[in-house]
This record gives sequence, structure tokens and C-alpha cells, in this order.
Amino acid sequence: MFHIYCPHCGEYREEEEFHPAGQAHIARPLDPEACSDKEWGEYLFFRKNPRGLHHELWVHAAGCRKFFNMTRDTQTYEIKEVYKIGEQPSVVAE
Amino acid sequence: MTQKNRLQSGGRIDRSRTLTFTYNGKQYKGYQGDTLASAMLANGIDVIGRSFKYSRPRGIIAAGAEEPNAIMQLGATEATQVPNVRATQQELFDGLVSGATNGWPSVDTDIMGVLGKVGGNMMPPGFYYKTFMYPQSMWDTYESIIRKAAGLGRSPLENDPDTYDKVNQHCDVLVVGAGPAGLSAALAAARSGARVILADEQSEFGGSLLSSKETLNGMPASEWVSFVTEELRGYDDVMLLPRSTVNGYHDHNFLTIHERRTDHLADLAPAGQVRQRLHRVRAKWVILATGAHERPLVFANNDVPGCMVANAVSTYITRYGVVPGNELVLMTTNDSGYQAALDWHDAGRKVAAIVDTRQSPSGDLIEAARKRNLNIITGSAVIDVQGSKRVSGVSVAPISADGSRVTGSVTKLSVDTVASSGGWSPVIHLSCHTGSRPVWNEEVVGFLPGPTVQKQLTAGAINGSYSTGKALEEGLTAAVEAISALGLKAAEVVLPESVDVNNGAPMTLFHVPHLKPTAKAPKQFVDYQNDVTAAGIELACREGYESIEHVKRYTAMGFGTDQGKLGNINGMGIAAKILNKSIPETGTTIFRPNYTPVTFGAIAGRDCGALFDPERYTAMHKWHVENGAKFEDVGQWKRPWYFPKAGESMQDALNRECKATRESVGILDASTLGKIDIQGKDAREFLGRVYTNAWAKLAVGKCRYGLMCGEDGMVFDDGVTSCLGENHFVMTTTSGGAARVYEWLELYHQTEWPEMEVYFNTVTDHWATMTISGPNSRKLLQELTDYDVSKENLGFMDWREMQVAGVPARVFRISFTGELSFEINVQANYGLHVWEKLFEHGAKYNLTPYGTETMHILRAEKGFIIAGQDTDGSVHPYDLGMAWCVSPNKPFSFIGKRGMAREDCVRPDRKQLVGLKTVDPNVVLPEGAQGVFDPKAPIPMPMVGHITSSYWSANLGRSIAMGFVKGGLDKMGEKVYYPLADGKVVEAEICSPIFLDPKGERQNV
Repeated sequence: MFHIYCPHCGEYREEEEFHPAGQAHIARPLDPEACSDKEWGEYLFFRKNPRGLHHELWVHAAGCRKFFNMTRDTQTYEIKEVYKIGEQPSVVAE
Repeated sequence: MTQKNRLQSGGRIDRSRTLTFTYNGKQYKGYQGDTLASAMLANGIDVIGRSFKYSRPRGIIAAGAEEPNAIMQLGATEATQVPNVRATQQELFDGLVSGATNGWPSVDTDIMGVLGKVGGNMMPPGFYYKTFMYPQSMWDTYESIIRKAAGLGRSPLENDPDTYDKVNQHCDVLVVGAGPAGLSAALAAARSGARVILADEQSEFGGSLLSSKETLNGMPASEWVSFVTEELRGYDDVMLLPRSTVNGYHDHNFLTIHERRTDHLADLAPAGQVRQRLHRVRAKWVILATGAHERPLVFANNDVPGCMVANAVSTYITRYGVVPGNELVLMTTNDSGYQAALDWHDAGRKVAAIVDTRQSPSGDLIEAARKRNLNIITGSAVIDVQGSKRVSGVSVAPISADGSRVTGSVTKLSVDTVASSGGWSPVIHLSCHTGSRPVWNEEVVGFLPGPTVQKQLTAGAINGSYSTGKALEEGLTAAVEAISALGLKAAEVVLPESVDVNNGAPMTLFHVPHLKPTAKAPKQFVDYQNDVTAAGIELACREGYESIEHVKRYTAMGFGTDQGKLGNINGMGIAAKILNKSIPETGTTIFRPNYTPVTFGAIAGRDCGALFDPERYTAMHKWHVENGAKFEDVGQWKRPWYFPKAGESMQDALNRECKATRESVGILDASTLGKIDIQGKDAREFLGRVYTNAWAKLAVGKCRYGLMCGEDGMVFDDGVTSCLGENHFVMTTTSGGAARVYEWLELYHQTEWPEMEVYFNTVTDHWATMTISGPNSRKLLQELTDYDVSKENLGFMDWREMQVAGVPARVFRISFTGELSFEINVQANYGLHVWEKLFEHGAKYNLTPYGTETMHILRAEKGFIIAGQDTDGSVHPYDLGMAWCVSPNKPFSFIGKRGMAREDCVRPDRKQLVGLKTVDPNVVLPEGAQGVFDPKAPIPMPMVGHITSSYWSANLGRSIAMGFVKGGLDKMGEKVYYPLADGKVVEAEICSPIFLDPKGERQNV
């Protein structure tokens, strides 16, 4: 069970308070109508499944209800960093 | 003396406190301080069970958590039955009732045992798979017989009367194991001011020191243990947990500890006490000082009662004052095994021989044996055992230096006990739980903890450091490392002086050779609990199972409740040899939580019965209960389902409720609807982006229905949103979807459109909501308010603030029944008051309470969908025939717009929601029934869609249904057939889903 630092609350809390919300940094296309079916399908359905570093979106659902990003190693489950929406990760896969 | 194997003195038992216990219906005596196992051995009980597969008699083999055989059923009454208890870990108490878990009719005369004797080659690995596969129809018969013959205990048939609980803990340092390494680590951490938890599975701290004759600072080691324990007890920030097994090591240093608080006291926990507790620990640092298990050797008939692990023999003598036999032969590959023979001899019983597999051993313990004139036979092994219910003798023969074959003639010895030591296996289980792979160490002849990302340190025997001095030192070193990492200052700890023991090098031997080849030799057991033999592992390898994980699954090695603590390393060694690989190449199977079995009671804790899951009640719940409502679960809500009167069937009640509503007035408790308060200058624009329809022009005082879709264009929720002010709205959601919709809105606001000024707040519980519906609803409402609720003043899809029954209310004129209908919202605390006032005034209108089932029927008569029942995440608004609820011309590309324009979403043959009328109006189609266009088509018939909603409509005097049909919206009047499981085929006609009042005149009055 993860021990997660919420960047909004500034505290470590138990995983039970959080929901994962999938891969981070997937921006909604600004003009959806300009997307082909293929492009829209990629936005909708295609996700990374890396062995190693992964940038994820989480929400402190039973806490401050804020969304934030997490860089997590999917192999060791280490959380490398958490950062707010709109920020970029400082730890990235090589 | 009945305890024929009990010594007159010695051990950590209290001979002044005699305890009586029952085993298989017979009474025996033991002492305070005994385990069930030591008491059984004291009484000379040899056979404590039958083996799993071959039904061979089995005896106690070990003295701790690794015991594979002595798995007992405990409990004096049906309700207190506990299966799967290791006799070696169960402390004795007065009145303890135990029994063997298998053996039929009894462990001493077991019918299945014949198979074990005859079945040398009759039951190889895969026997059950290979034999009972055919014919498949017979499996149920086979299974019941196999289960009766096998089995390792049974669950109680009555509820457990004890209570269990869970506690969350936080600490700086969790020390696992209170042997020399754990104690020195805990002492150093405690003195430095750290918050420490020290957990040990035994009743007393001390670990190996409890059964050791070693001295520390010139005193018996157990005295040092007492000093340290006393000091630790004095620290406020130190929690000592004896009888507590750390069972799981999870991510981010989260560990679970199973504490048995009263299992040692009585069959039932003393009044007011919790029987077992599960500690959920978040530790900043973990120090594993879990020790090591001794490996028995694998030789022919090594399972005959009287065969034991060498260290267990020492433990029973030294700690419990029990010598489990009269004449001992010890076989060992290493020096430490000698201790068993020394202790046996010193207890005054006969050591027939020490058989050392090494050619020329030397070391302090060997010298000690020589001084006692014990018979040491070197370069030899015990290759076979005689006896069935107890060892009667052994065959000893010289073996080659590499241990691969017998090199000389056999000598027979008459003994009743065989102790064996194949070296030690570090207890690395916890270190592997988080995915760390252990590393083989040639020198230690065992796996050691591998690299880990956890904040974990190890000390003592887990590292292969077997001397007490080294263990003490490593404990201290680990504690200092943790303390400095925590930013604390390490306090001084002077370790006690221990006496160094000179040990010779051990020999690596996993499989003792026999005169015959393995396949023909008597059974050489590797895994006692699952009856896995050396021959079985060799066969598995020959049959092509090369991965150790496959060998494990094929032979069931390590599958038992002991998880192969004794046998796995031997088994891997044997597999590696036959596969001609090294042990590191063969690898190990993966250790998973839990280390030892945990009771369901401890796992459940207080999360059972009424506390299993929270229940949510509306403000009017009490009234519903008093008025005989039947309830249904909607999420965590308890909602009235229907209100039967005396003697009414469910259908009678529904018919009455439906008719009363359409003829006069009915009332529904709608408080569970999700309500989200939305404010901010961009609130209106936000609604336009998350709903499919238009919101730009919704005026203050107006309400509108909206559909919510995902980016894929599929409907996931719906509800009415009302405009409270220019920048203020209240959104309603489905009862089950409230939390999800709320998170959805936050997701888009926080991640996609943070520039919008909009705020959300969940207000579901703030309001009590009651819907009055039917032609007399306006009259009823008007009696309770001074506000004019006429058609002219409160039109359809309007809402107003007013006083109802003397309290402030929001009244929404919206309708889910198709009738004239008012949804009255008041502060939750006023809910019951207003509800009762409505009934006071409603009696003359036959005001009828109805529940969710009548609500479903009434809305289906009008063709209104229920998101989650008539939608399943694969239908868009057009599929539902709800094009009227989509505004494709909104300037912003709302969520779902692009998704529902995908090629797949505009196919003409998509399944579309239509009404269905059965040709026989009395037949109600089952929900979920699959439709076909041609019931005579060959099987598998092409299925064209399923029934989503289906009811008997008392108002229409016929059945009605809604369902999906391929291209259904263009097939009005055509027929669909529903072949049912019972062979009947129901014919239905496609129609509009609006079965009643298609022009909407009833709600518009």
C-alpha cells in the first residue's frame, strides 16, 4: 500500500485516500473537430504501459480533492516525485 | 509419571502449574510454558496426523513456524473451532481441546494409509490430474471422496463469538524478531530516542537464546534477554509485541502484524478482550532480524515419526524439558547439528551415533562430543529408516565425498529418534514480499536477502551470520544506520561478551543417496505437508518442467500452509542437480505474504456485521421502517423499494402504488439523488461543456434535464440542473453516480480548464427531497404553502423558493413520472417534519408512499431512461433516441461531441433503444433477454440486442419493456423474438418507448 505525499496538503497520507486517474499529461485536443478518427482514438484509448518510470494522474479523493501528478516506478513502486497540474516532471525516463 | 519424556528439571516451564489438555478425545497433562507440541512430545504422542496424499503417519518434526506436520484443529465448541494451527506455536492452556485434522477413521488406524504403503509408484506427481480427469462428468463424485480423505481441518459451522480488531501504527523503526540481533537493534534504537516496535512470533523474547546454553557476560543468555526486555519496557516510545507475527511486508514500508492476544489463555477470549489484532504499521525503517530455519536432510523414510530437525530436538530438551525419545542418531552436514546430540546426552539419554556426512570434521562442538565419548561416524549418512508409527532403527552407510552415492556396506542401528541437520536457511520471506529477489550465497549454502528499494536493513541469521556475537553486532550496526538516517543521535550501547565457537566448514547436501536409484528407493520426503518426494521432483524435471515455478506447481512443493519453509531449498537443490544447473540458475520460487496463516477473524477485524460497510439513511428513514418499507441498496443508500400492506404480494403493492399515483397522488423519498452546488462566473459555460445540450439561455428560476457523456460519446449520467442565480446552479445526478460525477467535474476543471472560475460543492446530504406526483399533487402542496403554486405562477420546469409546512423549501416542478409533479427540497433536518405534514394533509387524497420499483415502472411507462440500467457505457444519446438532448451547434466542442461522431458511432445498424410490447400482453419479458430477428435461425443465432427494462404496468393493464434492437428506431411495428432459457420464445413488437400519454398532457396541467 502506497504512502503518498499530497503536494497540496503538504503531507504523506495513506493510499486509501487517493484514486489513480490514469496516465498524466494527456491534454484534450484544443479543436476536437479537427482530429481524425485515428487521432481522436489515440487521445481516447492509447496509453503507455512502461516497465519503469511512469507519469500518472492521481486525485486526493478523500482529502483535498485536488488532482496532481506522480512519477512512479512501475517495477519497484517507488514514487520518485509528485508535482502539481501544469508543472513538468523533473524525473523522466531516459 | 504420565509425561514419560519429561525431564525432572530444566527448561522454561513451570512444573508447579499443571495444565490438562485433550487430544483426539483423550486427556493429557502438560505444564505452564509448554507449547501444544512440547506437551504432546512429553506425553509420548508419536502420531499427530496423516499425510496429505499418501496418508502416512506423521509426527512433530520442528519446534516453530516451519512445522509442516503438526497442523491441528483446535476448539472446545463448534463456534470456537480453529483449523490450521501449528502445535509448535500454540501455547498450552488449561482445557485446550485439539484434534488431528485428518485420518479416517483415526490417525492410528487410517484406511487411506494402505494407498501410501502400496502406492509407491501408484501416486506420482500429477496423479490426481492424470487419474481423475476422465470422464469429466465424474469429477464431482471424485472430488467429494478426495476431499474427505484429504483435507487439513475444517471451518466452524457457527459464528465466531470472539472479537478481533485492527490498529494503525506508525514508528521510526520496526524490528522484526527478538533474538540476539533484534534485541540489540531494538535496544540501540530505543536508547537513541526512536519510536520502536519490536515484534516476535513467540510468547517470550529471546529467539534462539531461549533454548541455548550460551553465556553472555558470563551469565546465561536468557538473563541478558530479561535485562534488555525490562529496559525496553521502560521506554514510552517502545511498543513490545510478543505473540505477534509480522506476516506481510508491503510497499513503502507498510507491514502487517498478526498479534494473538488471548489464544494462549483459553478457548474463548476473556470477557472484554480482543482475541487477535492486526497491526497495520507504516515504519520509517525496518530491521529484519528474522533468523534462520534449519533444513532437515532428505533420506529414505525420513517422515517416520521420530525423525526431527536437529535444532528442534535441542529446543524441546533445553526450553521445555522434554526429550522426545530414548535412543538418538544424529545425521549432520555441519557443526551446529552436534548440539542436539550433546543436549540429548546431557539429558541422560543414549546417543547411538553421530553420523557426519563430512569425511573429517573438526570444530569445538565435535571436540565436545568426543569428550563425552559419543560415537561419531564420519563420511557416512543415514540412508534409510525402519518403522512405521515410530522409528525403530536406521541404516547407516558410507557415502562419497560429494554426497552423490553410497560407497560401502550398510550398518543397522537400533534407535527411536533421528535428528538431522542439513544446514540453515535464512528466513528471507519478508525481504522478498516487495519483489526483491534473493541472492544465493555459496558460503552460507542458502539464499540471502537481495537488493531492495525499501528502507530495510537486516541483521543476524537472516544474513547467514549464525554466531550470537555476530548477530548482536549486526543488530547494533543496523540500528545505528537507521538512527542516523532518521537524523537522531545514536546512543551508546555496549554489547555483552559472547563466547566464540569455532565451527568447521559445512558440506552442501540436499539429497542423501540410497543404494537404489531415487525412483526405486523408499520415499525420500522433501515437502512433508504436500507429500512431495525427491523422486517426484526428479520425475517432474524428466517430464519437461524446467522452471522451478513449474516444478513447484506440478509437484505442489511449497504449496502447503507451511509454504515449504523446511523443504523448498532441498527441493531446489534436487531440481538443480537433475537439470544440471546451479541453484542460482534454477532460482527460487517467489515468497508472498502471508508468512504464516492469518485467521479470517483478524483480517476482518471489526469490519463485519453492521460495520461491514457504511449504510446511508435519508432523513425520513425512520418513517419508512415504521411503515413497513422493503429496502433495496443503491450504492450505500438504503432506499425504500416498495411499501407492502398486510397480505400484499410485491406485485400487488406495486400495482396499488402505481395506480394511486396516476389516479390521485403518490410520494417518493428522492433524497438520495446526488446534488452538486455549482457557482462562479463561468459556471454556465462549464455546464455547456460537460452536458450535451445547451445551457446558455437557462433563466434564473428554470430547470433543465441534461445528459452527460464521456469523451467517447457514451452516456454515463443524467439529471436535472436548475439555475438558482446568474452564476449559481444546482446539479442533480443519479443516486449511485454522485461521487463519480463530482470527481469528473473536478477533473475537467483542474486539469483542462483551470482558467474557468467555477466552484463545486457536494450538497447531497444537506437536503431532504420528496417528490409528490399525481393529479392531486398541486392541491396537496397548496395546503402546505402560502405561495401560489398554480400553473400560471409555477410552470412546468420552473423552481421557486417558498415556505412549505412552515420551513424554507425549494420546490422544483419537474417530473419523472409524467404526472403533475413537485419535488420539495428542505434542509435535511426538516425532512421528516415536512414528510409527516404531507401525510397529515394527504390522507384525504389517499397519498401513497412508493419506492424505487414503482418509480421505475412509472418512468418506464413514459419511456424515461435510467442511466446505468438502460445505458451501459456503450450507448450514445442518438442510440437512446435522445437527439433532442444534443446541441451540436454549441460553440465549444462539448465532452462527447467528437466521440459520438466517430465512424463506429454513426453506423445505421447500431443497437438503439426502443419500446417493446409482447404480443401476449400478459407475458413480462425477463430483463437481459437477448432478441433475435429469426427464431428459427441456426444456433448460434445472430443476437440483435437485449431487454434493459421490463415491467407489468397496472395502469396500462399489460407488460411493457424497453430494450436495444439493431437499427430499432427505423423498425417500428416490426417483430423481435426472445428465445428464453426454458425453451419458450416470446414475440414482441417494436414501438415507441413512450407507452403512456405520448403528448405529455398529464404533466402539463
